[in-house]
Amino acid sequence: MNMSMLRAVVATIVMGLSSLAWAGPGPEDLTKQLTEEVLSAVAADAEIKAGDTEKAIQLVEARVLPHFNFEHMTALAVGRDWRAASPEQRMALTEQFRTLLVRTYSNALTQYTNQSIHFKPFRGRPDDEDALVRTEIRQPGAQAIQMDFNLERVGADWKVYDVVVAGVSLVTNYRASFAQQVRQSGIDGLIESLKAKNAEKVAAQS
Amino acid sequence: MDTKHKDAAMSRWLAAALLGAALGVGGCASTPANPDDPLEGYNRAVFRFNDRVDRAVLKPAAKTYDEFTPLPVRAGIGNFFGNLEDIWTGVNNLMQGKGADGLSDFARVVINSTLGILGVFDIATEMGLEKHDEDLGQTLGAWGVGEGPYFVLPIFGPSTVRDAAAKPVDLVVNGGWIQGTMAQEASVAGVKLVHTRANLLAADRVLDEGALDRYTYVREAFLQRRRYEVFDGRPPRRDDDYYSALTPGLVAEASTVEALSLATGAGRVAGASVTPAGQ
Repeated sequence: MNMSMLRAVVATIVMGLSSLAWAGPGPEDLTKQLTEEVLSAVAADAEIKAGDTEKAIQLVEARVLPHFNFEHMTALAVGRDWRAASPEQRMALTEQFRTLLVRTYSNALTQYTNQSIHFKPFRGRPDDEDALVRTEIRQPGAQAIQMDFNLERVGADWKVYDVVVAGVSLVTNYRASFAQQVRQSGIDGLIESLKAKNAEKVAAQS
Repeated sequence: MDTKHKDAAMSRWLAAALLGAALGVGGCASTPANPDDPLEGYNRAVFRFNDRVDRAVLKPAAKTYDEFTPLPVRAGIGNFFGNLEDIWTGVNNLMQGKGADGLSDFARVVINSTLGILGVFDIATEMGLEKHDEDLGQTLGAWGVGEGPYFVLPIFGPSTVRDAAAKPVDLVVNGGWIQGTMAQEASVAGVKLVHTRANLLAADRVLDEGALDRYTYVREAFLQRRRYEVFDGRPPRRDDDYYSALTPGLVAEASTVEALSLATGAGRVAGASVTPAGQ
């Protein structure tokens, strides 16, 4: 057994033990914790409610981002071109896509008013690697909106890799336009157009 | 709106449709079409036309409505139209063989039309009778009719060929419960349109902020949502084999990167041999 294999085995054992010792919350509890934390923070924050996007972004970065697997999300959005991307391109894509999603949905948070979130019965087993947490956003006078979270086990934690609102995946909804961009100008072209979109938004907001 | 405006709108629509048809023919030759959207050239033209109408008329009206209608009134308006639609929803549930859902929809209508004072209050939801959303397009889908190409309708917006064919029936049935003079019926339809548009105002910002290409973003969102509706919230799972936990990267713990990269190296060689070269 060579050194690197030995180290891998040790790492696996250590990770296994540590996940026993401080196993994070399960997928349902994590989602509940996450949504409740964010919604109560928004409700308590006059600046976010007044439309302060930067403040909403800070909130999302601090509380939400650690529980999302953006690399997986980006792979899902890019689809089959992901396989052809180099590790550097994957990193760049992930970074730009994360910025795009965070800006877009932090902005949406500033419009949060009097909706409430309800969790549907969770059907998952403790040894699952992938989980679906189904919720419903209720609002007076309008039909409830279904919001589903897809989570996966990453080491000791659960991470969200897709959010589906009213049947629309916030992630795979990008697949067609990303593929179109890659067809036109390659993976680097997609990275550039994401950068341009993100830059345009920063300019518009400041 | 006077007839002069209507005529102008109509001729503009015709122009847009003709232009679209021309673009559609031209478009096929140059760019490989999206399999869901062979009519992209025409669709984009109508999409642009709808966008202009929206900016000029519908969105300003929806904003005013949003600003000046107190929440309880707005909820009442939404519930009122929702109650009328529950009848057709129930019929469609029965046609899809979902008897219990259909009966529950009819029970909703009875309860909300009486206790809920002509549907203004949605008592049935409070009582635990869930609101459903069905239409003829979904019923055809449940019967196995394919959705056909994506098809943008003037004013009504995104649709598919199947849903566009079914839509007139939905409109006639749902609108048929209101009887009055032409002007009265038109103003009821107008309120409904503005109410519906107002509910989408928040989505506008997401579209402005998030879309690389508005047309593609709206198309994909519409098609995904429609498939979700047809399968009652459980569409077939999409393909997700582009990423595996073995991909080296940001999420992997530093201590395991080494072990993982061994596996990925092997995975990449295998991947390269099976992935066709033509991307």
